[in-house]
Order: sequence, then C-alpha cells, then structure tokens
Amino acid sequence: MTSAAPLVLGIETSCDETGIGIVQGRRLLSNTIASSMDEHARYGGVVPEVAARAHLEALQPAIEAALSEAGSTLGLDGPLPLSALDAVAVTSGPGLAGALMVGVGAAKALAVSLGTPLYAVNHLVGHIAADILTGEEVEYPTVALLVSGGHTSLLLVRDLTTDVELLGETMDDAAGEAFDKIARILGLPYPGGPQIDKAAADGDPTAIRFPRGLSRASDMQKHRYDFSFSGLKTAVARWVEQREAEGLEVPVADVAASFREAVVDVLVTKALDACAAYGVPRLLLGGGVIANRRLREVALARAAQAGVAVRIPPLSLCTDNGAMIAALAAELISSGRRPSTLEFGADSTLPVTEIQIAEPDAEAAA
Amino acid sequence: MGRGLEPRGADYPGEVILGIDTSLGTTVAVVDADGAVRSEAVSANPLGHAEVIGTLLQSAIADAARGPIGATIAPEPVELTHVAAGMGPGPFTGLRVGIAAARAFALGRGIPVVPVVSHDAVALELLLHDALTGGFEDEADDTFAVVTDARRREFAYTVYRGLDDDGLPVRIAEPALSPRDELDSVLQARGILRRDADRISAAMIGVVAARALAAGRTVGPADALYLRSPDVTMPGPPKRVVA
Ligand SMILES: [Zn+2]
Repeated sequence: MTSAAPLVLGIETSCDETGIGIVQGRRLLSNTIASSMDEHARYGGVVPEVAARAHLEALQPAIEAALSEAGSTLGLDGPLPLSALDAVAVTSGPGLAGALMVGVGAAKALAVSLGTPLYAVNHLVGHIAADILTGEEVEYPTVALLVSGGHTSLLLVRDLTTDVELLGETMDDAAGEAFDKIARILGLPYPGGPQIDKAAADGDPTAIRFPRGLSRASDMQKHRYDFSFSGLKTAVARWVEQREAEGLEVPVADVAASFREAVVDVLVTKALDACAAYGVPRLLLGGGVIANRRLREVALARAAQAGVAVRIPPLSLCTDNGAMIAALAAELISSGRRPSTLEFGADSTLPVTEIQIAEPDAEAAA
Repeated sequence: MGRGLEPRGADYPGEVILGIDTSLGTTVAVVDADGAVRSEAVSANPLGHAEVIGTLLQSAIADAARGPIGATIAPEPVELTHVAAGMGPGPFTGLRVGIAAARAFALGRGIPVVPVVSHDAVALELLLHDALTGGFEDEADDTFAVVTDARRREFAYTVYRGLDDDGLPVRIAEPALSPRDELDSVLQARGILRRDADRISAAMIGVVAARALAAGRTVGPADALYLRSPDVTMPGPPKRVVA
C-alpha cells in the first residue's frame, strides 16, 4: 500500500468501550464509542464477562454508526462504503482477553470479507497515536503518561511506529481503579473518577497527608517510574474507619480532595521526573483518567514551571477508542509496514515495545 | 436481514452459505443450498479460536472457489449469499469469536447472517447419517440428546426427535446445562438416548441454514446461547482494613 492517507477502520475492544474509528491518514473521519460502563456500575468495577458480551452486541451497530459518521464527514450522500477502506486495524492487547478476542475475531473476518490488509496493534501505543488526530504537529521524543481504569503507564516515545519504551507502570491497581475503590469507601457511586472529582471540589487537598506510593528515596533505584496505589487505598480506608470508630463524621470532601491530590501528585511528579531525566521537554497525557480536572490543572501548572510542553488530546480521543487504533495503523502503513499475518490472537499482557503484532518481517527475523 | 425471504427470479443462482462455528473447536465451511459441501476448514483445538479464525476463513473461501469437493472445474470466486452462525451453546469466550466473525464478515459483504443453534447441526448430521446407514432403524422416532462439553463440570444438551417437513431437526427441549454426573440419570428418566459430540460441523451449520432459508423460517436465536449468567460477585460493603 502506497497511499499517503490510507482510509483505515480501527476496532478497539480491550476493556469496556467498544470503539470504532475511521481515519484517512491523520484526519479523523469518525469516532464511535459504545460503552458498557452502566452495566458495570452495580458491581463497582468492570466485569470482564459482562464487557465481552456487551462488545459482541455493540460491534455491528458501532461499525455502522462509524461508517455513517465518516460518510457525513466526507460529505458523501450516505455512509462510507466498507469497500472504500484501505485497511482494517484492531487492538491485539494489552487488555481483557475475552473482550479483546471479540474485536480480533470481528477484525479478521472483516478484513478477509473485504480482502483488505489487517493491522494488529498495541492499545497503549494507540493512546499515543490519538494525539496525531488533533491536527497539530506532533514532536518526538515525548514522555507519555497513560492513566485509565485499566492501566497506568509512563512511556518514552522516541518514534511512534518503531521506538516506544516502558519507563514504568503500576505495580498493583490502575489509577482509575483506585478512584473507583475510594469512591466505594466514601459511599459514592461508580465510576469513581468523576464522583471523587465532584466531592473534592469543596474539599481541602492538604487536609490529610496520604502516602505517595513508591516515592521514597529508597524506591528511586528500582521503581523510580513505577506506581502503586494499594497502600494509598489502605491508608484512606484506615483513616475513614478510625474516624467512624471515634464516632466522628467523615469529611468526605476533604478525604476525596486529599486522596485525589496524592494520586495526582505522584503521577505528575514521576512524569516530570522522567522528562527531566531523559531531557525531553514534552509530555503527552492519555487515558480516561485525564478527564480528571485536577490532574490536568496540576500537570499544566507544574509542567509550565519545569519548561515542559503538555499535550492533552480531546477527551473523546483520550478514553479508549477505535480512532486511535486506526490512526496508529495509518502511520504504520504510511511508513511502509506490511500488514499483520492472520495468526495473531489476543494478548492481555502485550508489552508496549510490540507496536505492531504479527508483522511478517519481524516474524521472519525471529 | 430477511433477504433470504424475498421472492427469487428464475435466474437466482441459489444460496451459497458460509458456515462458521466456534462453540467447540473452530470450523468454517462453504455449502450450496442443496447441501453440497464446497469446502471445510477445521481446527479441533477447543482453544485458540481468535488465533485461527482468519486463516480458516481464508482457506475455506479459497477452497470453495474450486467448486464442490471432488469437482475438477477451474477456480472461480464464490458469490456468498449468507453467513450461517453457530450461536452455541458453547463456552463463551470461544463462542463469541465465531459470532463476531460471522457478523463482521456478513457486514463486509452486505449479506445477512442466519443464526443456527449449534446442536441443530449435530442433530441433523446424526439423523442424516442414521437415515443413510440404517442406524437406529427401529427407533427412527427415538428421542435423543446432543451433548457437548460446557466446561466447569457441566454438559450442554439439547433434546431432539426426528426431522420435520422442512428437513430440520425437531427440538423437543431447548439447550440446557446439566452437571456432568447428573446428566445420565436425567436422560434415562425420560428415555432419552445420549449422543455426545466433540465437534460441530460448520458445513452442517450451513445446511441447517439452507433448509431454514428454503422454508422461510428463523430457527436460531438472535443472541449467543450462553446458558449462564456472567460470573460476578456483587460487592458487599468495603472490607475493613483494621481488624
Ligand atoms: Zn486504554
């Protein structure tokens, strides 16, 4: 494929969002997201089997909606015909295995049905590729902080299609999960992120000094860029319980604000530390937790002090979506990469260094 | 959907159906409306559905271009008219791969999906085989259960008796689950013959679909036959960290 602006449909089913996106090179044509979040609310977290079942039901309507949206973006009379696609792209991992498999099965069948090439790509690198669709010139290298209910990763991106390095990630809960768990402790509904944000609005972030995970001097050797939120969760739970045991009211706003501050502080401190250590004056934020207002505020303020330029794609491109998967595949195509062979599966722990999966050249070399 | 129900002109070449089933292994086949099997591609592995579905689709379609098995005509691309999807019962994770693939493939070609109860394919195969070989001759109307592995120490089973006027197996009882060590007593008590299956033929999925289309009937469910609710544990109050 030599097309400079390939028309690609991306399928993303790694967690609880069924994302279908269509791009034409770096131009976003559609970004359709069907979320099963409401179905998980009563369980207080994403239930893998519930998510996988929802993907199966949402896929076809989401593809049809994405084609309609792309058609209208392009000024066509009706939906973009599938036959116009240059390639199909799909998330192969990391993520929930059963959920990923729905997208992989659909993507392979769609590609065989249409006779188009298929690109299997890495979800985390997809989050970085989302920035391409903002229409601004992207500069590398950049440090990227990806924070969601499923992952918390700090990456060094030297080149989107060839060189992404994992600097650190969470050792236990993802940041989004920590928000969900603390929300439960405070009696707030799921998902916890927006709820904590709301509750924290009137709170004092310095009221309670909660621990910052993996931030001691002794952690800097092995876990300088890693995260841990389980200790923080325990500390909050313990603080709340002690209050209750003493018969005192729990100051929900202060607890929420102080907890949020601890999470935000650790995320931003480690991200900016990476920027300084690698001499990279750029920080890209991605993942659903970027919706958190305080995180954006603190990141922007402290990055400005450190002379680091921050990029935050619009929220619809930060949360899990198919457009970022299509965008990454379009970059791979434009840089001359061959399509994936058809034998790949879902890889729930796919390392971030594997940007494209089942690439024929890489396999021959292996 | 429903395209199969439209009236056809004399020039209608007939259905060519792509059958897909991942309720046990992974199987893909192309069959003609009259039941002639053009191609079949199989992976018996009860896992790895997502890994193999693409290559099996590719090879079944390529082989189908060579005409019915045994034919010596030159390869000619096949104009598929329907996709028949085995809807289960089967272990969820694998089952979904086939259904997702069937829907996506159909969408790509702009053709309808015909849902089929996977056990129907086994029942039809057994009944046709019995008719040909004279097996169970004196018990032509015998009630039997198609039994497949449902994992977690359970079987999935569906009870059948003979073929109806449309040539489709008659389901006496819809697919259900039974603990493995209880199934025999359940079936014996009702005089039902047990017939275990360790594979589902995608070709027979296609034939069931062809017969349903010819009769203008919908014989399979629109949604996957999971037979089980998702495993979830309702959260209790938050666990206390201080004893
Ligand atoms: Zn994500």
